[in-house]
Amino acid sequence: MKLWRTIWNTKGVGRWALLIGLALTLVFVVFAIFAPVIAPYDFAQTRVDGVKFPKVAHPGGDYLFGTSGDFYDVFSRVVWGSRTALEVIILSVIFAGVIGVPLGLLSGFIGGKVDKLLVFFMDALYSFPSLLLAIVFAFLLRDKVGGGVVSAALSLTAIYIPQYFRVVRNTTVSAREATYVEAARAIGAGPFTIMRKYLFANVVQSVPVIATLNAADALGTLAALGFLGLGIQPTEAAEWGYDIQVGLSYAQGGVWWPSLFPAMAIILLITALTFVGEGLNETVNPALRRRRMKTVTFPDRTVVAGGTDVTADVAAEGKNS
Amino acid sequence: MASSSSGSLPRYIAVRLLLVIPLIWVLLSVVFLLLRVAPGDPVSAAGGDRLDADTLAQRREAAGLDRSLFAQYLSYLGDVAKFDFGSTFRTQTPVLEIVRDFGGATLTLTLGAFLIALLIGLPLGRLAGRFRDTPLDVGIRLYGVVSYAAPLFWVGILLVVLVNKLDPTWPTNGIADPFILATSDTYTKTHIFLLDTLIAGDTDAFTDVLKHHLLPCLTLGILLSGVIVRLVRINVIQALKGDYVEAARARGIPEGRVVRKHAFRNALVPVITVIGLQVALTMSGAVLTESTFGWPGIGTQLLKYIGERDYIAVQGIVTFFAVIVVLTSVVVDVVNAVVDPRVRY
Repeated sequence: MKLWRTIWNTKGVGRWALLIGLALTLVFVVFAIFAPVIAPYDFAQTRVDGVKFPKVAHPGGDYLFGTSGDFYDVFSRVVWGSRTALEVIILSVIFAGVIGVPLGLLSGFIGGKVDKLLVFFMDALYSFPSLLLAIVFAFLLRDKVGGGVVSAALSLTAIYIPQYFRVVRNTTVSAREATYVEAARAIGAGPFTIMRKYLFANVVQSVPVIATLNAADALGTLAALGFLGLGIQPTEAAEWGYDIQVGLSYAQGGVWWPSLFPAMAIILLITALTFVGEGLNETVNPALRRRRMKTVTFPDRTVVAGGTDVTADVAAEGKNS
Repeated sequence: MASSSSGSLPRYIAVRLLLVIPLIWVLLSVVFLLLRVAPGDPVSAAGGDRLDADTLAQRREAAGLDRSLFAQYLSYLGDVAKFDFGSTFRTQTPVLEIVRDFGGATLTLTLGAFLIALLIGLPLGRLAGRFRDTPLDVGIRLYGVVSYAAPLFWVGILLVVLVNKLDPTWPTNGIADPFILATSDTYTKTHIFLLDTLIAGDTDAFTDVLKHHLLPCLTLGILLSGVIVRLVRINVIQALKGDYVEAARARGIPEGRVVRKHAFRNALVPVITVIGLQVALTMSGAVLTESTFGWPGIGTQLLKYIGERDYIAVQGIVTFFAVIVVLTSVVVDVVNAVVDPRVRY
């Protein structure tokens, strides 16, 4: 794996950030996939065998993270919440990418007035406060679609389209003049063939970094929508932001667990995703990357025979392949 | 993109100001498309079932909703040009009046948060950049990520719980003591509460309002400081690679002074631009902060009208936000051009 080598040979914190981030994200992915197995109860379950859960029971014992003011088992909510979070994140990142990437490719390739107009429009959209945009979309979609996972993902999509557009468009503009594109044109490739076969693979490389950073941001925005009561409805799925909002009203009275655990989940997952994004950026981006070098041990000068001093050259060359 | 043909500051500012018009136009069109075209009839959505048919038709006419969409679009653009953002549906309060009455609280909240963010972010970012890859750097970077990752509303309540333990009398909700708020009309001059109490010379009220500012500003400031830490750090690192830094070192200037006087100052130039872009993040954060602390700002008003499904009020407030975003970005660009000659084109 070439990518793996690049990562491993990078100096500094970037590599560790990437590895820790990946490991943490994996934990949440496992939570999300195996939620029915890991979570002891269903996300909206308030009673077992006809007996209602205790209200705000302390963590430990039967309820690992305690129970909330809504009689929910907090641990189950956190586990099911990771499924909701990942669903929304993945959907919104895919939606935004599917619209943003081809649009950026097309705009950068065509150039001219269309390009100028699209860039202007996207910049205007990008300058708008993202949460406000999401609030407006959530407000509209709730009337039409309802408060489920898909409408939450759609509310977030509009925020991230401009970012994909911008990066892909800029790389396309610089790649368009490359020799290999000229060569393709010379052998008679049409514009769509050039875009699909020659430009796409080169341009799409910058997408993973934005996608992970956007995913982190999307999670925060989703939680904010949930906190404001505009996100996923509690009956549809378990959502951390909503749980925090409900839990916070008990926090002043010393009942800390219904809000602490979902908040921790959000912090951990956002941090993990940010680590992956920044780590990728620092290891793959040559401008930021610093190569790890093996420590050079100088031979003892007095032992060198023959009078030729080669140590300096050896040291300078080092081992950096 | 330094073109040789121009480079004069007045010209740059003129071009930048002219660009404001299409930029605002694009945003207004998006807002109109979303809030007027998409939902269908905003009047019946806003609890129209509680009104009889005659009143409904009357309200529709008053809001101009009986006309074609294109005519509505034109009159909307015309109204905004005259700084008329429409009126709320139920109470017929002009949106501009809402902005006037509640904008002051949002303004002092965001300015205070920015101040706190800079106070935390600049020194931490500089330290992290200077001591790159040391445990100090790792710690500061972790702060930068976590402060951004932590849900703002949760941090807010955490601070409230903490302050309650330390000093139970410290105010944790709203912008002022209810007794002072009840007499707020006697102060009103600028509609900025902090300023009004100061102008009136009422020290007790002023300190009370100031105390109320601490927690919300700190909460929002912590969120913003994370971004600033990351920015300053990366720019200090890049600046430290510069030839002039090498030259300064070669002249035997101590490292601390090199960082302070040579690298840090140059690192600040790109930071100014990106801090300007944080206006959008600040507004998003302000909505959450206001809702957490019961802060009487525009954000809480927006949420209130969303709750009432008052499309016209929501449209007006969102339009106002859009105008503010565009205008601040212009100010930032102009300031940036004045500071850094390389920016002009």
